[in-house]
Amino acid sequence: MPIDVNAAVISNRRLSEDYNVLSLAAPGIGEHTRPGQFVMVKAGSMIDSILRRPFSVFEVLRDDGRVTGISILNKRAGRNTRALYALEVGARVACLGPLGVPFTTDLPPERQAIMVAGGVGLAPFATLAEALAASGTDTTLVYGARSARELFYLDFFERLGVRLVLATEDGSRGSRGRVTVPLEQQLAQLAHPDGVMVYACGPEPMLEAVARLAARYAQPSQVSVERVMGCGLGGCYSCVIPVGHDHDAHYVRACVAGPVFSGADIVWEKC
Amino acid sequence: MDLRVRIGSLELPTPIIAASGCFGYGLEYEDVVDLSSLGGVAVKGLFLEEREGHPPPRIAETPAGMLNAIGLQGIGVHRFVREKLPLLRDRGARTIVNICGTTLDEYAEVARVLSDHEGVAALELNISCPNIKAGGIQFGCSLIGTADVTRAVRKVTRLPIIPKLTPNVTDVASFARAAEEAGADAVSLVNTFLAMAIDVESRRPKISNMLGGLSGPAIRPIAVRMVWECFNAVKIPVIGMGGIVDAADALEFMLAGSTAVQIGTTNFADPFVWSKVLDGMKDYMRRHGVARVTDLVGQIDTTPRKEVHA
Repeated sequence: MPIDVNAAVISNRRLSEDYNVLSLAAPGIGEHTRPGQFVMVKAGSMIDSILRRPFSVFEVLRDDGRVTGISILNKRAGRNTRALYALEVGARVACLGPLGVPFTTDLPPERQAIMVAGGVGLAPFATLAEALAASGTDTTLVYGARSARELFYLDFFERLGVRLVLATEDGSRGSRGRVTVPLEQQLAQLAHPDGVMVYACGPEPMLEAVARLAARYAQPSQVSVERVMGCGLGGCYSCVIPVGHDHDAHYVRACVAGPVFSGADIVWEKC
Repeated sequence: MDLRVRIGSLELPTPIIAASGCFGYGLEYEDVVDLSSLGGVAVKGLFLEEREGHPPPRIAETPAGMLNAIGLQGIGVHRFVREKLPLLRDRGARTIVNICGTTLDEYAEVARVLSDHEGVAALELNISCPNIKAGGIQFGCSLIGTADVTRAVRKVTRLPIIPKLTPNVTDVASFARAAEEAGADAVSLVNTFLAMAIDVESRRPKISNMLGGLSGPAIRPIAVRMVWECFNAVKIPVIGMGGIVDAADALEFMLAGSTAVQIGTTNFADPFVWSKVLDGMKDYMRRHGVARVTDLVGQIDTTPRKEVHA
């Protein structure tokens, strides 16, 4: 059951010129968040911008085991994300959640996990990596960004025992180019007979490419989509995405039927 | 303190109604709001058949408002009465069903199906959706069309009927009169204002349908004016809406002549708006010694202002 918290900013870590991690005092949300779920967030008044914005929960914050809040990974793009980048400690942010369908994490014991992140699409993978580590799943993060300066939290994932495969557009770290190239190498040399579960979050063309690659190697995928979202609760019918088959695709709401979908269910050519 | 209001034969416990198109089928919100605590729940517009709606992007934020062209994606009236209505009834919601049609016969048929089922409190006639090619606003932009749809539905139902008027006309009061003369129990207004927004970098329209309906606080003063015009033109109740964010906004609509109000866009940003508006309304009534909320309807003070000598 989602709750709305007028959450205080506990900290605002600016990771780069464009990215920041905003920690919010919303323990009631953090306690119930599962990997892949999201919150609807709004800073400031309704005069200029009336709608909240969806963010994957990045971290569930704990102090001595007690849940103290959540964080979100923000990238400056428009007016709202610029406001979220600029917030100071103590400012208030309206935060509604947790919302949406989470990733499936109860994999068969022999199945490996490959998480594929593009840019700010890293967001849902911190909590997913924790859940997979807790269940002892062998996990790889294939992570792409514009440059080495925009690859974040690598030590966090390493501490959890996650194998890192990196790619940057400018070649400053890892392979040069898109994440799908190293992903295909991973899929081509799969050791485990039970195969993998591919998880992806990032720009929609990347999600499509990842879902198609996974399908080509006969592996299942789960993608976390981002759509223009109005309410996050299923009321406005804005965030729809076509699912089904080519001939009978129909629109479902990404906020309540997703944001996590099986990559095979989305009709990408109609997106 | 008496918050009850009457819309035709229908009595609502409070004047605050969830606006159609902004509250799904109501059940989406049952985790965050007790549906029986609302004056009414106006569910998403229903045609006879299911509809896919427009391709995304379907909304764009604009200053103090938003543009939408959802295209009335919906499950159709038959699935509604099977899958949603029993649950709404069970939750104690006073369900106002917003009905749509591309022809007069379709409006009448949807109304007939709904009238055969228990749990429908009233029918709101969608003759004002600006985002669909056939039906809707085609009727609502003509006085004859408005009267025809109202009469066609009147013939098949005893439920209170509430034509929802479009603001995309020159003289909205004449449409309220046309609805009243054709047998409407109330009118609701305003639906959204036909509008457009363009992304200058990509040179593309911000929503796939090119044109959409503008809602939110940006339209409120125009909506208040139109409610006041209709209140002065008809005897049936007027249900006002357009950018209500808080209790003061709701009270503004009531003073302009609304018997009840609907809240739409604000619910997207704040799904907990309902109790805030209700509490604020009660507080106002206490402060101003108002016993019955209906005592506020249309009570603008138009006596000359006292001259202030500095």
